[in-house]
Amino acid sequence: MSEDHVYMTLAEGHEDDSRWAYGTGFEDPLHGVDTTVPDTVDAGELAALCVALGDDALVSAQRLAEWITRAPELEEEVALANIGLDLLGQARLLYSRAGQVDGTGRDEDAYAYFRDAADFRNVRLAELPRGDFAFCVVRLLVLSSWRLAQFERLLGHPDPVLAAVAAKGAKELTYHRQYAAEWAVRLGDGTEESHSRMRKALDKVAPYLGELFTACDVRDEVVAVLRQVTEEAGLPMPAYRPSSGSGRAGEHTEHLAPLLAELQGVARATPGATW
Amino acid sequence: MVTLQLGTRHAREIAERVPDPELPMLTLADLGVLRDVRLTEDGTVVAELTPTYSGCPAMAEMRADVAARLREAGYERVEIRTVLNPPWTSDWITPEGRRKLAEHGIAPPDAAPRGPVPLTLSPTRREVPCPRCGSADTEETSRFAATSCKALWRCRACREPFEYVKEI
Ligand SMILES: [Zn+2]
Repeated sequence: MSEDHVYMTLAEGHEDDSRWAYGTGFEDPLHGVDTTVPDTVDAGELAALCVALGDDALVSAQRLAEWITRAPELEEEVALANIGLDLLGQARLLYSRAGQVDGTGRDEDAYAYFRDAADFRNVRLAELPRGDFAFCVVRLLVLSSWRLAQFERLLGHPDPVLAAVAAKGAKELTYHRQYAAEWAVRLGDGTEESHSRMRKALDKVAPYLGELFTACDVRDEVVAVLRQVTEEAGLPMPAYRPSSGSGRAGEHTEHLAPLLAELQGVARATPGATW
Repeated sequence: MVTLQLGTRHAREIAERVPDPELPMLTLADLGVLRDVRLTEDGTVVAELTPTYSGCPAMAEMRADVAARLREAGYERVEIRTVLNPPWTSDWITPEGRRKLAEHGIAPPDAAPRGPVPLTLSPTRREVPCPRCGSADTEETSRFAATSCKALWRCRACREPFEYVKEI
């Protein structure tokens, strides 16, 4: 098939509702999936869980996207973009599922573009500013290990859609964790400069670890990964402190609102626009 | 009944031949993302697709393409469904698909891991033979390449870079 044909087909298929500018103007990513919520599942709880996990992914994806044109090498830029894309895909599926089960019928865009910072439920670690590459690596290591451990538990969730999203996502997160762990070892065990930046990054992440384990207690899994990586890298384990403040309760740092302003600006300026 | 079976077979053949937008040497059947095609009693063709990665941007193109090809073939009512379970793994790429990948200079994936994969930090010596010259003297240059499903490798023997479809 020629390239032309691919794009022609796309254009033909989306005459009615193309919202190209936002990149999601195709169809509900759960299009044609059985939307029944099992009787044993509390719809409110399921929707809240999908939104929280979707918010973690969306906000992380936005921070990762900031590395495009800024990463140390083209290969890393491509890697971080790919990791962000996986997370964005997970967010789309989770928001779509939330809209099906919370009774509002909202679509993915309603969750991503038309909620304010106080309505977001992501953990605060995800929203902290981009920082340097060492911080990017440490944050990715922590968040991917934490998310992977959660997804492995969700494989047995009674909601078949959430369980399926977790099954697919877990495979992706395994690659994200591997990427971050390899860089953590390389930098921790690298030059004096890279080692000291990794120490600073670990110190910066430490105060937010408690919040993660309050949100989902997979502490053993995450600590095991951190121990494995820091030992190999010759770095200290980050000090664990109980959390004060919780993104899951809508309490955020001052950094989330500007992130959302950038993410939501175009969609809000022209709601429902098509071109 | 016989007509339905014939129609189903015909519709399936059409859907199976649709090329993948990102690996156009493969059909959707080769890639293993086309889970089912059937003609129902009311004349609707129902085709089931599964995504490779959660964020696969080609999913919408695949849906649009399958629907367009079926309509071209005279099926007016086409319904494309997304199937998430069981999740796609690289094991779904057919032997024919693997042959075509290699033929086009892309190293096909090895067997996908089953169940949780522990973190390994010691360098693992994966052998990915060069799809051009067959040499085993190759190295990974990047775990992530132009699309999520591929990594970038390099052959030390013929010095050519090549892509490699990752096990997932
Ligand atoms: Zn070679």
